[in-house]
Amino acid sequence: MSSSQGPIASGSSHPKKSQRLDRVAIRFAGDSGDGVQLTGTKFTESTALAGNDLSTLPDFPAEIRAPAGTLAGVSGYQIHFASQDIRTPADQADVLVAFNPAALRACLADVRSGGLVIINSDTFTEKNFERAGYSEDPLPDARERFQLVEVPVTRLTLEAVRDLGLSQREAGRSKNFFALGLMYWLYGRPLESTFAWIESRFEGEVREANIRVLKAGYHFGETSEVFPVSFEVPRAKIEPGTYRNITGNTALAYGCVAASVTMDRPLVVGAYPITPASDVLHELAKHRSFGVKTVQAEDEIAAVSAAIGASFAGMLGLTVTSGPGFLLKQEAINLAVVAELPLVIVDVQRAGPSTGLPTKEEQADLLCALFGRSSDSPLPVLAPATPSECFSVMLEAFRIAVKYMTPVVVLSDSYLASSAEPWRLPDVAALPRQGIAFRTDPDGFFPYLRDTETLARPWAIPGTPGLEHRIGGLEKQDGKGNVSYLPENHQRMTDLRHAKIAGIVQDVPPVEPYGATSGKLLVVGWGGTHGAITTAVDDARAVGHDVASVHLRHLNPLPPNLGEVLRRFDRVLVAELNTGQLWRLLRAEFLVDAQSLTKVQGQPFRVSDLRSGIDRMLGVAS
Amino acid sequence: MSEPIAKLSKKDFESDQEVRWCPGCGDYSVLANVQRVMPELGLPRENFVFVSGIGCSSRFPYYMNTYGFHTIHGRAPAFATGIKVARPELSVWVITGDGDGLSIGGNHMLHVIRRNVDLQILLFNNRIYGLTKGQYSPTSRLGMRNKSVPMGVIDAPIEPIAFALGAGATFVARTVDVDAPALQDVLRRAHEHKGTAFVEILQNCPVYNDGEWAAIEDKKTRVDAGLPLEHGQPLVFGSKGQRRGIRIEHGVPTVVPLRDDEDPVAAGITVHDEKHESPAYAFALATLAPPVFPIPTGVLRAVERPSYERLLEDQVTGAIAARGPGSLAKLLHSGDTWTVG
Repeated sequence: MSSSQGPIASGSSHPKKSQRLDRVAIRFAGDSGDGVQLTGTKFTESTALAGNDLSTLPDFPAEIRAPAGTLAGVSGYQIHFASQDIRTPADQADVLVAFNPAALRACLADVRSGGLVIINSDTFTEKNFERAGYSEDPLPDARERFQLVEVPVTRLTLEAVRDLGLSQREAGRSKNFFALGLMYWLYGRPLESTFAWIESRFEGEVREANIRVLKAGYHFGETSEVFPVSFEVPRAKIEPGTYRNITGNTALAYGCVAASVTMDRPLVVGAYPITPASDVLHELAKHRSFGVKTVQAEDEIAAVSAAIGASFAGMLGLTVTSGPGFLLKQEAINLAVVAELPLVIVDVQRAGPSTGLPTKEEQADLLCALFGRSSDSPLPVLAPATPSECFSVMLEAFRIAVKYMTPVVVLSDSYLASSAEPWRLPDVAALPRQGIAFRTDPDGFFPYLRDTETLARPWAIPGTPGLEHRIGGLEKQDGKGNVSYLPENHQRMTDLRHAKIAGIVQDVPPVEPYGATSGKLLVVGWGGTHGAITTAVDDARAVGHDVASVHLRHLNPLPPNLGEVLRRFDRVLVAELNTGQLWRLLRAEFLVDAQSLTKVQGQPFRVSDLRSGIDRMLGVAS
Repeated sequence: MSEPIAKLSKKDFESDQEVRWCPGCGDYSVLANVQRVMPELGLPRENFVFVSGIGCSSRFPYYMNTYGFHTIHGRAPAFATGIKVARPELSVWVITGDGDGLSIGGNHMLHVIRRNVDLQILLFNNRIYGLTKGQYSPTSRLGMRNKSVPMGVIDAPIEPIAFALGAGATFVARTVDVDAPALQDVLRRAHEHKGTAFVEILQNCPVYNDGEWAAIEDKKTRVDAGLPLEHGQPLVFGSKGQRRGIRIEHGVPTVVPLRDDEDPVAAGITVHDEKHESPAYAFALATLAPPVFPIPTGVLRAVERPSYERLLEDQVTGAIAARGPGSLAKLLHSGDTWTVG
């Protein structure tokens, strides 16, 4: 560490009083150029190191730099941390740190009444009110309803770095570190990891400025009169192990690398940049030393096609995309269905249709994944429930793809992609190793002879003597694999393709309802809504309601006991961020009179959305 | 066990599938010549992969007793890229047509050539959509009438060779379906080339566009209709008494009449240089077309540039050399970690 940091006793010896809290939700908000995401990420890292459980929700505009000071340009980052197990970024923030009036206007409705609102008072000018669409100064009203703390963050930042010779513009860029330092003091977070990060990331005066401003913010909290107390959120009691923070997109990428390592086959990734999936490509592109070959293709179609080509040649083929790109890939995926080649397609869902809300949350590609290709084209579909589950779901997806010789769709979503949680690192040595058995024996070889247990055809790769064969999109003769137009053969092949995918159910574990094994109400969800649904079920049960939940990771085939589990409950509520896709599926599949709870606002469920849904179903007043 | 390479014959490359192109289709000749050249290329049969898209020519892989993948319309270059990136040791051949490769697949054709993936791309140009029964293609001539343009084609055609050169092709050649020796020469050269070898094959569709290339297919007229290219030799063509040469100045070609005994070089006829630094030279050749000019055949351009899959492989070996083979445990534990209990 540089000498300029000086001693800061983080979180241990406050001269002021410290108050204990079980949980806190903080929202940082500002212009998309204010460094809000960075501030949130650093606070998250430090909070993880402080031993709290946590959940985060970054929320940023699609425009890289929307006009400064406007509502369209507001970037937010919410972190919820606690001394107990938590699963959501919280419905309401206890604290809002607003870098400008637009941030205040965009976020105030999400702050708990009476909550703490810290503003950078230097930005609260007539001109900025106008940009934010305020017709009058919002502060008098905010003072009435919240604990408003006005801190001249810009001025104090400039003051702290005055003698460094930076331009006003350069110096002003450090102001997010002032807010970060202040929040570190307020919640007793350690600063060391942020100092180390600044050291590694910046040089010269900028590094010095960031360190000074971080300290200045911390000291401001400690010495100024505006904060009479600081807060302490004790460590959470969590399962022993080694942890790190992980976002869904990073976990996804790590899961792919882990699949390659444990299956001992190199990974070939075809991808085209698309929000919010690009970070998976970025992460995988770093890992050439694992033999990972990433091809940034000319378009979405080429990306999936290259991945299928690599699979044909014997590698683990992967493509990663989001809604619009997923649609473009469907014809090639259909080829992989007929060619019966392993392939994993990740769709990090975002709000649509079309370009829609590219950075916002939705889980509306389920029916597209299941039925969005021409003709009868079955394939398995998986969905991770939490950011860290994105790791294991990729291992499972590749295992299914190779074992059953099929493309597999993984439906992540933009909330899982960018939100973070602590992840207990798996023991790498204990991960199941599963080498791949390519067909090498020419004796009795035909490209569409099937394994009797899995119905998979052999994976016979170019370069293998005696197994030369042709595959393609034309219907194949059962067994021999030559082109066939015979009516009964097409019936048989269609049936076989269905039976093969249906048979994957032998590898799908039965679901166990959370909360109760039977009763009045079962809430069914899938994907990134897990945290909100389980929290709502916990809350409802805590006040005596008879409710349980089931969260589906396997959407095709569905778990073997699902129909039976649904019938154990008087009523079923299917909660999802679309207009009722899983709901339709479950009604069609099981003839249950399930009800639907949906939301399509580009935002995850709030726990309160689900609580009201549960209360409505149980006929109790919210 | 693979057959000893030296013993392979044309027959070893014929699959057991009945060939189903129309009688008289130019594809038969191309297939036979490809099968004839394969045994000479010094590779075991199992290392060949034929990849195609959709169209008449794209049935080609089914007739080759090698590994083959009949993919989807226009995307064969992308599938082939994945195969070659995965397994650089394989010899990967793309079979495509004017519609598949330049219309629906134009984007992929552009990018595979720009990347210089080490593939052989055989583009069968019959200037028509055959499989869908006779609509005009992106190479069909202006004014051509058929069922999708009863009043005549109004969109200007694309010249495949010029397209490939524009995309930065390192190897560009043209040949004719029925000219067996020239076709075989070009196939051998394409295979030797390290990088994307783009080969346009002028191919007759006897059903929907019969006679499109008649002048250059017919041995009697070929000598006046074609311009066979040979590296280091002057651009001379024409029958006795009709001898002519091509002079290219500032990228502009002109036809220069020559006496039968005249020294073409002394007469200022351009000497073919397939390794010319500037693609503008080959581009000038690509603009040669009837009725004023003959159709150049042979290798128009052959230059060296590292291939995509090789550069990618180098990044992998370079990363491993610099950091050692990846460790999953290290990767998962990267960044800040903390231990509980």
